Amino acid sequence: MLCIKNLSVSVDGQSILVGLDLAIPAGEVHAVMGPNGAGKSTLSYALAGRPGYEVTSGTVTLDGEDLLALSPDQRAARGVFLSFQYPTEIPGVPGLTFMRAALNAQKRARGEGEVSAPDFLRLVRAKAADLKIDFEMLKRSLNVGFSGGEKKRMEILQMSIFSPRVAILDETDSGLDIDALRIVAEGVNAMRSPGRAMLIITHYQRLLDHIRPDRVHVLAGGRIVASGGPELAHELEAHGYDKYAKAAA
Amino acid sequence: MSLARAIASGDLAQLPSRREEAWRWTDLRGLLRALPPPSPESFEALPPGPFAALAHSEVAIVNGRGPAGAGVPAGRRQSLALRFVASASAGAHTAAFVIEVARGAHLTLLESYEGQGDGYVVQADLELRLAAGASVERIVIAGDGAEAVSVSKASVVLAPGASFLQTVLTAGARRQRLETHVAHAGGGAAARLDGLYLLQAKRHADITTLVAHAGPGGATDQLTKGVVRDQARGVFQGRILVARGADQTDARMGHHALILSDRAEVDAKPELEIYADDVLCAHGNTVGALDEEALFYSRQRGIPEDQARAMLTEAFVGQVVERIGDEGARAVAAAWVAQQLEAGP
Repeated sequence: MLCIKNLSVSVDGQSILVGLDLAIPAGEVHAVMGPNGAGKSTLSYALAGRPGYEVTSGTVTLDGEDLLALSPDQRAARGVFLSFQYPTEIPGVPGLTFMRAALNAQKRARGEGEVSAPDFLRLVRAKAADLKIDFEMLKRSLNVGFSGGEKKRMEILQMSIFSPRVAILDETDSGLDIDALRIVAEGVNAMRSPGRAMLIITHYQRLLDHIRPDRVHVLAGGRIVASGGPELAHELEAHGYDKYAKAAA
Repeated sequence: MSLARAIASGDLAQLPSRREEAWRWTDLRGLLRALPPPSPESFEALPPGPFAALAHSEVAIVNGRGPAGAGVPAGRRQSLALRFVASASAGAHTAAFVIEVARGAHLTLLESYEGQGDGYVVQADLELRLAAGASVERIVIAGDGAEAVSVSKASVVLAPGASFLQTVLTAGARRQRLETHVAHAGGGAAARLDGLYLLQAKRHADITTLVAHAGPGGATDQLTKGVVRDQARGVFQGRILVARGADQTDARMGHHALILSDRAEVDAKPELEIYADDVLCAHGNTVGALDEEALFYSRQRGIPEDQARAMLTEAFVGQVVERIGDEGARAVAAAWVAQQLEAGP
């Protein structure tokens, strides 16, 4: 489904990813783990098309379609969702307004009909309740003044509303207490589906106690240096990234 | 030096110039090589003004000609559409209007500057006197022509316990200044002075305010926002003076502008001058581009770039409109803002 080949990415003229290969079949959840500075966030931003993240070689395809040729919003309409490590505050735009504008923009780009206001509210109410988000909060400016945990829950809410084909979760566990972590993980698990690929980017293993990945990859020095089953995450937790960092260097 | 004096005397030397500190960003002397002839009397029927549907009564001052003043009797509530219309191209004139709001009365003042001609040179002076316990909400839409030179100067005097709320909305002109002086003469009065400038092409708008707290316990709350694109220039000069003895004054001033092109410019000078004790005073001033983080975040969620820019820009200015108390005026202001933003590239 999502296929990354030989991907190299520079930021401000500095190479961060150097020939990264990764393929996630439909229906699978993969985790990318790595030390700080390995290029984890660069991978997520490059997949989403963030300006300033220059792809110098390689390909990224989603069901055979070249993602790199598309703008960030076109990628979103094709079903690419990135849960941000630090979700941005959007002053003056209520969460409900933002999410409806985004959903309808995606639908327009796909040639689908827009969602009506009542249908949208019904959808959001149900999803917000699952994530234990107070509906009143969605009337406030998106993410403004929200705690770290509230922002992450707002990301998972949007993911469940947009129902993407590829979900990338960048350090979704950072800033979460144990209860919030459980709610977020349940939200992610509920999104597992045969037609969806998920990529979980994380430094620590603790999120993977709640979301069991099909595959675990180690990102070090800008490329994938090891891959394995879920047991690899436990090995990393026990022994750290040192041996991979040396292998990458 | 003032534009009004220059127009009255025909003497260009009377024009304010950049050598005066208060006019250094809105130079009229360097701009005008000659003054146009006096604006003629107009006999044309006026189209409806921007607030036509809202006001109990309407006063139109066309090319400087019209009634000299109005009043609101004690305890009454009224709304007045006050229209300063320049119908002649390449004419010069001055206009003046005085409003007295008696004790406990309320006035919703819906003021518009309507440039039907272009290339005119105008100064309009407004005096507002609020008696004790009186309240005024003044909403101004300044719709001058692109080639107009226009100065509006409002002088507001607040008796104790009076309340004055103002929102000035402008799209600028060739050179335009909207100036408000508020005197908290006795203290214990409240003022809100908001402004919004949305400028494109080569338009210039200058929002200048001077608030003087002479007595204790007064409050001033100011929020001005601006969006400039193309080669437009926005100017904000805000000064709050808290005199000795004006203790327990609460004064806040914020000015925030978005610059959407490399060739656009914003000049801002927020000033607090405090000689009293035990006051709460704060000011904030930010000038910058649209938040790239918010832009990318919105695009990642599927909102195309142009739509995301428009959404974030509208959200940025929305706060000023939301603070308008009068519901009808707020709707007119929101529609005006949407129209201005739509007209942008």
